[in-house]
Amino acid sequence: MTKDTNAHAADTPDLSRRGALRCMAFGGAGTLFMLSGGVLAPMDLAAAATPAGKKAHTGVPLFVQISDTHIGFNKEANPDVQGTLKETIGLVNAMPVKPGLILHTGDITHLSKAAEFDTAEQILKGLRVTELHTTPGEHDVTDGVGEEYFKRFGKASKNKGWYSFDHQGVHFVGLNNVMQFKPGGLGAFGAEQLAWLEADLKGRSASTPIVAFGHMPMWTVYEPWGWGTGDAEQALSYLKRFGSVTVLNGHIHQIVQKVEGHITFHTARGTAYPLPAPGVGDAPGPLKVPADQLPHMLGFTSVSEVRHPQGRTVSITDTTLPPRHA
Amino acid sequence: MIADTPRRSAPLQASLAAALALLCGGAALTIAACSPNTAQAQAGSVTIPIKNFAYMPMTVTVAAGSTVTWKNLDGEPHTVTSTDGLFRSGALDQDESFSFKFTKPGVYKYICSIHPKMRAEIVVK
Ligand SMILES: [Cu+2]
Repeated sequence: MTKDTNAHAADTPDLSRRGALRCMAFGGAGTLFMLSGGVLAPMDLAAAATPAGKKAHTGVPLFVQISDTHIGFNKEANPDVQGTLKETIGLVNAMPVKPGLILHTGDITHLSKAAEFDTAEQILKGLRVTELHTTPGEHDVTDGVGEEYFKRFGKASKNKGWYSFDHQGVHFVGLNNVMQFKPGGLGAFGAEQLAWLEADLKGRSASTPIVAFGHMPMWTVYEPWGWGTGDAEQALSYLKRFGSVTVLNGHIHQIVQKVEGHITFHTARGTAYPLPAPGVGDAPGPLKVPADQLPHMLGFTSVSEVRHPQGRTVSITDTTLPPRHA
Repeated sequence: MIADTPRRSAPLQASLAAALALLCGGAALTIAACSPNTAQAQAGSVTIPIKNFAYMPMTVTVAAGSTVTWKNLDGEPHTVTSTDGLFRSGALDQDESFSFKFTKPGVYKYICSIHPKMRAEIVVK
C-alpha cells in the first residue's frame, strides 16, 4: 500500500507493492493461511482476493509487531526517529479494532543508553494497547549484559530475554538471539535457551498456534552480513510438529518472508530507517533514500485472525507510513 | 577501562605503519612498533580505524604496555568487545573512540557485539 495508507491502512489486505515484490524474490508473498483442524494450508493470494478473502481482513487483530525503533539514531537516513515512531503508534492506535497486544522485536534504542530507553519508553506509552512484549536487539545490549534494557523490560523473562505466554489460544514464545554471539558468527540462542524452549513446547498440543518472535532472523537471510541465527535449526526442530507456526523478527529493516512446511517466517520493517537489500552495497548500514520514499520503507506488521466457514485464517499485513506532502 | 595516557616515546613508527595499513585497504597486516627484535620493542600507541564494518587491519601487533585506540568512522555504531571479557567499549557512535592498554603479552581476540561478523585481534609481544 502506498498512496492510500491512512488510518485504516491496517485493514488493507496484503503487503505493499514494494514489499510484495521483494517477498516474491524470496518466495511465498502475502499468503493467507487456513487453519483447519490444526493444519495450516497456504492459500494462494489470488484465491484469497475474493470477497471472502477481503472480508478476512475485517477480522480480529491478534497482535501488532513493531521493530527497530532505534531511538537515539540521528543520522541523515532519518533525523527524526522519534517522529516516525510516533507516527507508527498513531496508525496502530487508529486501527478500528484494537489488537490485544503488541510485540516489539528489538533495537528499541540505537546505543543502549539510559536516556534513549527513557525516551523510547515515554513514546511507547502512547500505544493504546494493553500489553507490550519485547525482545532485545543487539543495539539494546551493547554493554554486554543489557543493564538498561533488562532494568525496564526484564521482568517478564527474569532478565534472560526469553519467555512465553498465551493470548487468545495462541502460544507466544519470545526469544533472545543477540547475546550469545560467536566471533564471525550469526545470531545465537545458546544451549540454555534451547533447553528452555524444548521444555516449554513439550506437552503442548500440536493444534496450538505458535508465534515465535525475536530480533534476528531465525533463518539465514544473508550469511555474509550475519542475517541469521546459527542454532536456529535446533529451535525449529521443536517447532516443526505444530500445525501453525509464525516466526517473526526484525533486524534487517525490510520485509522478507518465506514458508517452510507449517512455518511462516516474516521479518518486519523498522520504524527508524531502511537497510539495503541483502548484499546490495558494501555493508548493512543505514540506507539514505529520498525523503519522499522514506515513509514507504517504515511501518509495522499486524497479524489477524478470522473465522471462515472453512476454518480459521491467520493473515499477516504490513502497513507503511503515509506519504508526506511537501 | 580507559588506559593510562600513553608515553610519548616511539608511537611514530606505529602511526606510519597504521597509515600504510589504511592504504593497503585493510589486509591483515602486522604493525610492529619497532625493530624485528620484538624483545626490544617499546610500548607506544596505535590507532585502529573502524571503517566499512571492519577493523583496519584485522591483526595488529604491539609491544606490551602499548595503548590501542579504536575510532569508529562509520555512520553505524560498532563495539570493541574482547572475546574473553577483558575489554569492552560499549557502543561507539561515529567518530567515537575507545582505548585500552595492553600490559601482558598474548593474543587478544575481539569482535563487534553489534556485528559479530566483525572480528580481529591484537597480538601483544
Ligand atoms: Cu559493528
